[in-house]
Amino acid sequence: MPPVSRGFLGRRRPDVDPARLPPGQYFTPDFPVLSAGPTPHVPLAEWSLTIDGAVDAAVTWSWEELLALPAEELTVDIHCVTKWSKFDTTWKGVSLDTLLEGVETEADYVTAWADGDYTTNLPLEDLLDGKAWIAYEYGGEPLDPEHGGPARLLVPHLYFWKSAKWIRRLTLTGDDVPGFWEAAGYNNYGDPWREQRYWND
Amino acid sequence: MPPLSSERAARRVLWREAVVRDVVVETPRARTLALDVPDWPGHRAGQHLDVRLTAEDGYQAERSYSIASAPELDRVELTIELVDDGEVSPYFVEVVEPGDVFEVRGPVGGHFTWSADSGPEPLLLIAGGSGLVPLMAMVRHRAARASTVPTTLLVSARSPEDLLYADELVDAPALSIARTYTRTQPPGWTGFARRVNHDMLRAVAPAPDSGARVFVCGPTPFVELVTGLLVDLGFPPRTIHAERFGPTGGTS
Repeated sequence: MPPVSRGFLGRRRPDVDPARLPPGQYFTPDFPVLSAGPTPHVPLAEWSLTIDGAVDAAVTWSWEELLALPAEELTVDIHCVTKWSKFDTTWKGVSLDTLLEGVETEADYVTAWADGDYTTNLPLEDLLDGKAWIAYEYGGEPLDPEHGGPARLLVPHLYFWKSAKWIRRLTLTGDDVPGFWEAAGYNNYGDPWREQRYWND
Repeated sequence: MPPLSSERAARRVLWREAVVRDVVVETPRARTLALDVPDWPGHRAGQHLDVRLTAEDGYQAERSYSIASAPELDRVELTIELVDDGEVSPYFVEVVEPGDVFEVRGPVGGHFTWSADSGPEPLLLIAGGSGLVPLMAMVRHRAARASTVPTTLLVSARSPEDLLYADELVDAPALSIARTYTRTQPPGWTGFARRVNHDMLRAVAPAPDSGARVFVCGPTPFVELVTGLLVDLGFPPRTIHAERFGPTGGTS
């Protein structure tokens, strides 16, 4: 049994459905920012998104080409490993199913590369079947740079550090290579519902 | 799963019971809690830990807080500032007394850390408000190790009353401390009295090409501002370590 903290009452929020909060998380109406360095600012004319690695042929989209792809609008809850969760966030972006359509690969893993030398790793299957997007609008507006604009990976079923801001490249790999936070002691997979925050959680 | 080294495989992060040994009033809105944590595995300056509070009915709340103390200290210190309308910080700032118990888990975080063994490159630390906490762990670690790494600490506070660790912020050999008070200044103050800007950084910081390791911690708008200024001045982005807290304001 955990020790009772004398005098701690807590504040249960009647407006928050506890079933929507993964273990150890708390609800916030805010949108905190977590990034390891300065916010990069890449001009859209120089921006591109590439899928490469263990593929027959690498594919690259310019900003205009990305916007021309079929987009989806979605409303999801997001969960940050630093314990805040935010409900009903609205996004617009291109499904990874669309981007990976026609990409031939035998890879099982993906390293997402972002401006600012950030990387994160995911199993490829976690990007497929309507589970992941390249998002470029938040709340009906262009995505703010500090929240990952012009475009970020959006993988809402995993802790939000997997949703790499400033996404530029997805490298498909046969081996699973721990990314920036993963190599620093955070969990390799990061399922909030199993509270996989740190190594061996 | 990737192959795990035995060290990493052994590094399961456990919840441990922490006993409050001492409570120090730092400012009207902030307190330092000195904790006894049996079997604390040690930390690096700049890391944080998770805390878990449990109410009598079993309700729990978790948060993350930066560690304020040097790794060399025989206890773990957290400095916690009141968050308006917060759930957990009012407990720590207004309720907790020596002898009280809660759980901690950590240390956590490997990027926003500095060690006296990191190398001879200068250290530039820039704090907004309670963002001073993890940077103070670095200053204290540096002192505990008698490091001579040239170090600059720039602290931005709203007023002298809001400044954490005021008595401890004194210049020492190779340690230069600058303050700016953005709202209220002490009588006769001739120092900085504005938000951090290019001129202030030019005046206090080492040269952008000095190889300095830079750590910036504070509220999100502060860190966005300062890291942007540093990039403008020519500090290589990869040398700038940032830790932000709180909301962006406008996006919700």
